[in-house]
Amino acid sequence: MATDALLFYAFAGVTVIGALLVVSQKNPVYSVLSLIGAFFGLAGLYVGLEAPFVAVVQIIIYAGAIMVLFLFVVMLLNVPREDAAEWDRSHPLYRPMAVRIGAAMAVLLALELGWALSRATDIGGAVNAEPNERISSVAELGEVLFTRYMFAFEVTSILIIAAMVGAVVLARKRQE
Amino acid sequence: MPLGHYLVLSGLLFAIGTAGVFLRRNLITLLLSVEIMLNAVNLAFVAFGRAHGHVDGQIITFFVMTVAAAEAAVGLALVIGLFRHRESLNPEAFTSLKW
Repeated sequence: MATDALLFYAFAGVTVIGALLVVSQKNPVYSVLSLIGAFFGLAGLYVGLEAPFVAVVQIIIYAGAIMVLFLFVVMLLNVPREDAAEWDRSHPLYRPMAVRIGAAMAVLLALELGWALSRATDIGGAVNAEPNERISSVAELGEVLFTRYMFAFEVTSILIIAAMVGAVVLARKRQE
Repeated sequence: MPLGHYLVLSGLLFAIGTAGVFLRRNLITLLLSVEIMLNAVNLAFVAFGRAHGHVDGQIITFFVMTVAAAEAAVGLALVIGLFRHRESLNPEAFTSLKW
């Protein structure tokens, strides 16, 4: 049981630190690389939740395909770093009114989330108390995906082809 | 691990992503922050699915990943187009439609 908690906190730490680095790095290449690290932490959490297939897909699709796409664009564009001095002058969040309203909203949201989580009754029970063979089986996943979620699965193909055509059209060089 | 721990972690990741969208002035980092938010939601889906003994949570995760891939492809194509146009990735450079 103790190893369970230890693994959770280790992977959660990797994920949160990776996400914080994404937001705090000035150089976009480092942001993308830290996000890949955070995704590996998330994949570990999925294994702990008995979702090994989601963990593998997370690594292959997210860390492998989507992040490489980001990395390609960052390197192709040779993106300049953000200028900290200019940032301080021009950022709309530094206007006094925006600071006050934004801070008030953030505090309200945190209070509301804390209130909701403290009032919820059945979230204290262990998620993975007894092992569940059904939930970690890829066969079961496939069966549900291709029966109950068949329509959504087919609609996904339309979404992907629309996104692909859109990306090609948008990124094409205009010839005049 | 109690379900509450996963939910708090998911909320924390979502907050980090939101902060990134608001605080950063780089279109690529903005897209990366959106990816963090989508992944926070994925974690909540899988944790709830595990807690209730359903596979549906994991299946929704696949759909979220598909949408994330489509969003990344179109978003990056837009970023490339905008960069060609203005030689900048600062969102402040693209305010022609503002009045």
